[in-house]
Amino acid sequence: MRKYSLWVLTWVLIVLVLLMPPAVVVAEALKTGLAPALASLSDPDGLAAIWLTLEVTAVSVLANTIFGVLAAWVLTKYRFPGRSALLVLVELPLSISPVVSGLVWLLLFGVQGWWGPALEQAGIHIAFAVPGIMLATIFVTLPYVVRTLVPLMEQQGRDAEEAAMLAGAGFWNILWRVTLPGARVALFSGILLTTARAMGEFGAVSVVSGHIPGMTETMPLHIESLYNGYQTVAAFSMAALLAGMAMMAVLLRSAPEWLARWREKQA
Amino acid sequence: MSVQVEHLVRYAPGSTRRLLNDVSLNVPTGAFVALVGPSGAGKTTLLRAIAGLDTFEQGTLLLDGQTMGTMRDRARKIGFVFQNYALFPHMTVAKNISFGLDVLPRSERPSRSAIAARVQELLDLMQIPDAGASYPARLSGGQRQRVALARALATGPKLLLLDEPFGALDPIVRRSIRTWLKALHERLGLTTILVTHDQDEAVEIADRIVVMQHGQIVQDATPEELNRNPQTAFVMEFLGEAPSFNGIVQDGLMVPDEAGLLPFAVDASVPPGPVTAMLRPYEIQVCGPDERSAQEPVIPLVAEGARNGYRHYRAQLAERSVPFSIPDFTENTVEIQASGLLDISRARLFRDGERCG
Repeated sequence: MRKYSLWVLTWVLIVLVLLMPPAVVVAEALKTGLAPALASLSDPDGLAAIWLTLEVTAVSVLANTIFGVLAAWVLTKYRFPGRSALLVLVELPLSISPVVSGLVWLLLFGVQGWWGPALEQAGIHIAFAVPGIMLATIFVTLPYVVRTLVPLMEQQGRDAEEAAMLAGAGFWNILWRVTLPGARVALFSGILLTTARAMGEFGAVSVVSGHIPGMTETMPLHIESLYNGYQTVAAFSMAALLAGMAMMAVLLRSAPEWLARWREKQA
Repeated sequence: MSVQVEHLVRYAPGSTRRLLNDVSLNVPTGAFVALVGPSGAGKTTLLRAIAGLDTFEQGTLLLDGQTMGTMRDRARKIGFVFQNYALFPHMTVAKNISFGLDVLPRSERPSRSAIAARVQELLDLMQIPDAGASYPARLSGGQRQRVALARALATGPKLLLLDEPFGALDPIVRRSIRTWLKALHERLGLTTILVTHDQDEAVEIADRIVVMQHGQIVQDATPEELNRNPQTAFVMEFLGEAPSFNGIVQDGLMVPDEAGLLPFAVDASVPPGPVTAMLRPYEIQVCGPDERSAQEPVIPLVAEGARNGYRHYRAQLAERSVPFSIPDFTENTVEIQASGLLDISRARLFRDGERCG
């Protein structure tokens, strides 16, 4: 009986807290039917926001995958002074409020910032422009690949790499043929987490973007603008699309598991 | 391929503790050497240093009389089998074995068909001809062991380094793979260095045994020599059960401290003073009380049955009991009485742990 009631409680919580909000978003978006919802998405500013979000996400995922793999490699395969400090530092973006993360970039690259004026004179715009949005997103999503890779690579130890080394493999061969394939599930999971997080980032991006519709508005920023402008259907359509994209990424994380289970059944 | 290690010193990372303390070792081409010793003795550290996996602070290491250059140079000449095999779990057995060939620069890499042929040749040699398409997770421990060995041999190395290769195997598989490995060593003309903590295994497989303790080589000899002439009490004890008896050497006679043990004559070269006599249980002999002066205290003897071709007994000394055994065959008419005196004259003598007679 107790087992049963726990089970019910779990489901009630999941429905209330996890499933209800996105369901409400979708319901609001489709309140006036599918056609107005789709029309609101194909508005030029809306398309620009979707496109910018995809761009920023792609760049962040690429940058953080490369950084994450190298950082995890260094952190797990070598012992050096300051290693544990570095392990903590990597998590910094998780603990700092995204707004603060955004402000940092303004302080560096803004018009009144340290390097802002010099860069501005050279014709390089970072604050209130796309590069600033990318930097802010990269910073916020930096820990995910590292943090999913480190525990796995730690547990795997150095044996496989040493075996590869003794078989004559160089650094790149070891990385491509041994380390990454060995950690591929964790890597995949980290990349998808980064993707979901990069698409949804609001705080840090909001600070550095300057909210120029059609130029520096990502999907979350555009949703806010629409909502504040009482364009409910457009806001919720965009929100439903964003939520759907993020959920896809998260669901894909479990794909390797399902695949393995399916293969097992076949075998 | 010969291995020459001279005065090797390696410190524990970030500490002054010596993992290898002035180790010198000479392994001629074609030798089968076992590094034995308790855990923490530095066996694996020495093996890893020879493989080039770890650096060392002092000393020289020569392979075929030359210092080794890059890891890639070593890889072609050295095959290494890890304690837990370290197979690549995401590759098939065939891919695991061909790894060393697949990573060769294009100009030196054999053709696909040549690699496939080499893999099959190795699988046949390892007596697992059909395992090529399986993944390591599907194999038994003994099969994984063979795959690890095949991978180590793929590039045709002349030096084979094995780190506790039989540790995870059950006793029957262990025994058969041991014999087979020895045969492989002969057949391929390898020079083999094996690390093990199992002295029986070392004695059976190797033609030279290097005993290590506290990062140093204590003794380096053939199994026969090691058994006959252990240099220290540690070696004596490490090679098998060895009851020890304290006593004092005086006027060419060793007089044991405990009652019920017969004094025995020692070589004139043994300086007078306290010594420890050590011997194997099967080297202890028993005399009836009537053979010597009747005043000698007589110690009770308890029979403990027969196994492994020996009849086992325990002699109840005043403070402890000591095991001894005699060969168990029908012609052996030695009758052990319920009590007697122990003759330990076949013992080796040690003073402060060092051999003195």
